[in-house]
Amino acid sequence: MSASAPVATHEPPGQAAAPRGLLRSSRSRALIVAGLIVLGLVFLFGGDEWLSILDFTLIAAIAALSLNVLTGYAGQISLGITFFMGLGAYTAAWLGGNPPSAPGDPVGLGLSFLIWLPAAGIVAALAGALIGPTALRLKGFYLAIVTLALVFIGQYLFLNLRGITGGPQGRSFPAPGFGDFTFASPDPIFGFQFTTNQLYFVLLVIVLVVSAVFIANVMRSRAGRAFQAVRDNEVGAAIMGVNLFEAKMGAFILSSFLAGIAGALWASYPGFAAPNTWSLVLSIQFVAAILIGGVASVWGSILGAAFVFALPLVLEMILPQLQSASSVGLSSGNVSTIVYGALIIVFLLFEPAGVIGLIRRGQILLRRFDDRRKGGKSATVLASSESESQLDVESSKL
Amino acid sequence: MANFIQLVFAGLALGCIYALVALGFTIIFKASEVINFAQGEFLLVGAYVASAAFLDWHLNFFVAVLLAIIITVLVALAFERLALRRMIGRPVFTIVMITIGLDVILSTGVVVIWPQGNRSPATPFQIQSGINYGGVHFGANDLWTIAITILVCAALYVFFRYTRYGLAMRATALDQEAALAMGINIRVVYALAWGIAAAIATIGGIFLAISETTFDAGLGGIALVAFPAIILGGLDSIPGAVVGGIVIGLTEEMTQAYANLGVNFYTIAPYILMILVLLVRPYGLFGTRKVERV
Repeated sequence: MSASAPVATHEPPGQAAAPRGLLRSSRSRALIVAGLIVLGLVFLFGGDEWLSILDFTLIAAIAALSLNVLTGYAGQISLGITFFMGLGAYTAAWLGGNPPSAPGDPVGLGLSFLIWLPAAGIVAALAGALIGPTALRLKGFYLAIVTLALVFIGQYLFLNLRGITGGPQGRSFPAPGFGDFTFASPDPIFGFQFTTNQLYFVLLVIVLVVSAVFIANVMRSRAGRAFQAVRDNEVGAAIMGVNLFEAKMGAFILSSFLAGIAGALWASYPGFAAPNTWSLVLSIQFVAAILIGGVASVWGSILGAAFVFALPLVLEMILPQLQSASSVGLSSGNVSTIVYGALIIVFLLFEPAGVIGLIRRGQILLRRFDDRRKGGKSATVLASSESESQLDVESSKL
Repeated sequence: MANFIQLVFAGLALGCIYALVALGFTIIFKASEVINFAQGEFLLVGAYVASAAFLDWHLNFFVAVLLAIIITVLVALAFERLALRRMIGRPVFTIVMITIGLDVILSTGVVVIWPQGNRSPATPFQIQSGINYGGVHFGANDLWTIAITILVCAALYVFFRYTRYGLAMRATALDQEAALAMGINIRVVYALAWGIAAAIATIGGIFLAISETTFDAGLGGIALVAFPAIILGGLDSIPGAVVGGIVIGLTEEMTQAYANLGVNFYTIAPYILMILVLLVRPYGLFGTRKVERV
């Protein structure tokens, strides 16, 4: 997308002095307007099938963003994101779920969505603060495998804490709402009848934009630069006076907070989740999302989530003719899974900086085009510094 | 007492399968510092091909096993040659992600080729057969698992200790640049590592399939349980992989029998053990410690 959108790459020092603004150039304003129009059209005419894919992708984008804070910006590889998502989801269910009607039902306090959504993030962040000091002693693969262990320990806890999670059968999750108005079965607003998917769409876009802008700004702050310094060279960062423990814990807690919120939404949207929802496979999909989308990039998280979570669904939708041939095992589900696996390999082979890398290349071409039109020299300098920052992403430890 | 010995025996047999999986991980990691997330699917491919060759194509059991090893090794080599070789020098975690891509393709591909669901494993003997001694049943498949694992370990020891390429692999693991300077062909080393890992995985997969009456495409999931084994022993230690595997096998059997801590506690006991070990020794029991000072 546009150069002045809040893409928080770690820019070369020359540019860091004057960070690009959010709405500087006319092209970026035009892009934002175009984006709003597209979102509006999808909202109005998307239909339930496409809107549900989109809603699902938006939630995944929030989760991918949270993982990118920890893994992309701070360089701490984690496979445990679904553990924190699960914690957030069950917090939401506990606070916001319906009070039990029969003795065996899981608990629920029936509180408002304005309480349970932030609480989901806070509880996950607290868990992150508790686990962080132990986990962050470890590096590289050892950290990856310990966070992988968290996923299994989480599934065990969720399976056994029947009072909250409903045990192996799972439990229902609350839909957002205000007072009597609930997303699950919405009443008309000012005479307009919106569908559940449309309401979620609006809520999710708001949550995603707020988190994305927040993360992009954090990464331009002192704390964010400390995260990136730790990722690029731990020893070097420590010499420069970065407190390694504080930086890693900061990233871990921030990431857990967002993961908790994403988890609450992930369960709230279908209204149901069982312990095996929070699986390792899901965790790995989020890692795939940030690697394919672009490491240490806000837009990369969003595009990667679209690639990993929406693409198989879209493929499945546009490959229905294969359904009939399922007798040989070549169902559209299988085909889309294989295509997804192959695309992971092909993408990482040929575009190491991810989707965002492709887009940056496009931007460079666009600048050259501008440059030629204006006949100025400055843009070539800009373009070379842009490719430099792209190199930085590639050479980071991930 | 007989019950306890029975459990120890079962734990040993299970631990040997974990050790075979963990060995594959460790050999690849030592050669190229990559954790191969598709290792579990090598087991799966091996088990399926062996089963198909033995039951559907009516080949001799040993020919079927050989065929399974050859096909799995070919898959591994093709992947190494076509994808991983282009990734040398890239960030390690990106390479790991590529192996996850292979994992997705293999686990789905197997279902596409053999869509029937549950399959019977290839086995030369009755699954229930075995020796009874002092009230303990020593199952034939478990005895074979243990024997073959010992054989594989011995063969690996001889290979790494006494052969030219074993030495080359050890040298590469120690210092890749120095090995290159000494004229070692790193590409051959990588290919060898992947080939050996795939062959060991096939053997592990065949025994894992035999340990139950039927198996399905979920077989590859065992690789995840082998993670505690490799971490426990230390990622880059081959004896560590064997020790770790056996410890994890025993832990799983013992907690399943004796620990009364809710549903499925035995599935997380290996992970808890692993975390406890890491708290004391952050590089595992036998892993190489990296020294970093500020």
